[in-house]
Amino acid sequence: MPVAAAPSFLPALPEIALACAAMLLLLVGVFRGEGSTRLVSWLAVLVLIGVLVLALRIGFGRQTAFYGMFVTDAFALFMKTLVLIGSAVSIVMAMRYNEDHGIARFEFPVLVLLATTGMMVMVSANDLITLYLGLELQSLALYVTASFDRDSVRSSEAGLKYFVLGALSSGMLLYGASMVYGFAGTTSFASLAQVLTGAGPVSSGLIIGIVFVIVGLAFKVSAVPFHMWVPDVYEGAPTPVTAFFAVAPKMAAIALFIRFLIAPFGALIAEWQQVIIFLSIASMILGSVAAIAQSNIKRLMAYSSIGHVGYALIGLAAATPSGIRGVLVYMAIYLFMNVGTFAVILCMRQQGRMLEGINDLAGLSRTQPGLALALAIFMFAMAGIPPTAGFFSKLYIFLAAIETHQTSMIALAIIGVVTSVVGAFYYLRVVKVMYFDEPAGVFDRPITAELKAVLFVTAVVTMFFFLLPDPVAGSAQAAAASLFVK
Amino acid sequence: MTIGLAHYLTVAAILFTLGIFGIFLNRKNVIIILMSIELMLLAVNINFVAFSVRLHDLVGQVFAMFVLTVAAAEAAIGLAILVVYFRNRGTIRVEDIRMMKG
Repeated sequence: MPVAAAPSFLPALPEIALACAAMLLLLVGVFRGEGSTRLVSWLAVLVLIGVLVLALRIGFGRQTAFYGMFVTDAFALFMKTLVLIGSAVSIVMAMRYNEDHGIARFEFPVLVLLATTGMMVMVSANDLITLYLGLELQSLALYVTASFDRDSVRSSEAGLKYFVLGALSSGMLLYGASMVYGFAGTTSFASLAQVLTGAGPVSSGLIIGIVFVIVGLAFKVSAVPFHMWVPDVYEGAPTPVTAFFAVAPKMAAIALFIRFLIAPFGALIAEWQQVIIFLSIASMILGSVAAIAQSNIKRLMAYSSIGHVGYALIGLAAATPSGIRGVLVYMAIYLFMNVGTFAVILCMRQQGRMLEGINDLAGLSRTQPGLALALAIFMFAMAGIPPTAGFFSKLYIFLAAIETHQTSMIALAIIGVVTSVVGAFYYLRVVKVMYFDEPAGVFDRPITAELKAVLFVTAVVTMFFFLLPDPVAGSAQAAAASLFVK
Repeated sequence: MTIGLAHYLTVAAILFTLGIFGIFLNRKNVIIILMSIELMLLAVNINFVAFSVRLHDLVGQVFAMFVLTVAAAEAAIGLAILVVYFRNRGTIRVEDIRMMKG
């Protein structure tokens, strides 16, 4: 006699497959020894592609698993696609760098796979417990990758800082989760939405809980004032790891942020909208002003990513389907711009030594015109200059903000435009250094085939996005709509 | 006097605040930061269990078990990173962790 109905695992199959594959690859690495890094890396890339296909096969319809704790829908699928692309490209870009720096260990792709599993669980979280477990699985793997270059003082310091502030933010988030549980009586997002819709005045304990969770999530997406770990970790971690940090975890954290605020707490928008508006303004201003003084390109990218999160949060503050669509398009384009920029940074090497100064790019247009052109495209896109993709991502966000017809949202859009003008200064300075300064030195050649391919694809997508925006914008629209279905 | 939910919440809030202050005010030793993190997580567990009893709902206790498990993994990884750091620098004073500005 059956004691209980067997739970359906099907919607979670991609995550389960990914976790099993990660452990399998760990075994492969252990049995084949240190020489197996390339094999394990390529297998990991294959696994990520396979998981992406599997996730797409499961379909866009809303399905839940594990008694409603885990959900997959068009929104989850969209963000999972971005996460998987980001992780796969990071592994590809890391191979050569790790070999050159004597850190080619097979644990790296395995850790990336485990972190990716955590990110996919975050994206699909439909319960505070799933949210926390996904977040921790991701974070614990990321702490280790940050200190992956274990003989380097800077890398281990980056890992230590990331760990301490990450654990602090998890603690905050957890405290918030406990308050939400206590004052709403449930941890499930679906029941929370039910309890809170039309419930009248909300208890202050619940508000405190929501604010604590928002603080924890703001740490993870690196929104100001919870950004202090970002520049140090970006600078200290090995460059491919920084590239990974800049894309994949950010996608997952933004997805989690959106789902947490829209699905269970959509009815309480009056309570949390001000907080998000504040985070957004602070991130945009700091991201554009603090980056001006930077001379290290990895630190520059850190402040740039802080600023970009500020823009993405405008769409979340709007909390309309078009606002969420804006965020999704923004994150998709951000992925391509950032991956491309980091591919260029990985090409910055002289006599086998990595360079990180912006001045080291001087005269790149004469020594390596192709590389200079690619970086120029990415910089124009990040500044939001038409017709690059970066312009359209900002356009969707600002349009959504103005369409709400709320004074505060329109003010937010205006601040966004002003800060993106300020931000254009430091992006264009990089272009100026490349095209108008005297050459400082010649970078090593040849650029590896993998990096070339990544550069080519990302540059083409960033430049010619306007020719074919429909696949991204259309699926983002469907994804955003799936979040608002009750 | 009976001990009610408010007492448990107060104890948890005090422990949680101590944990946060332990991270920010401590200038001596990274191990103390690790202990403060544990303190924060345990404060949260008190919250969960107290709420769980109050609500007659088991989910809170299940959550607390998960938190304990994750806390153990987190401590292991934190100590491992700390050992790596100590090998490179030969010190774990908080003031010395500033190779990079910030």
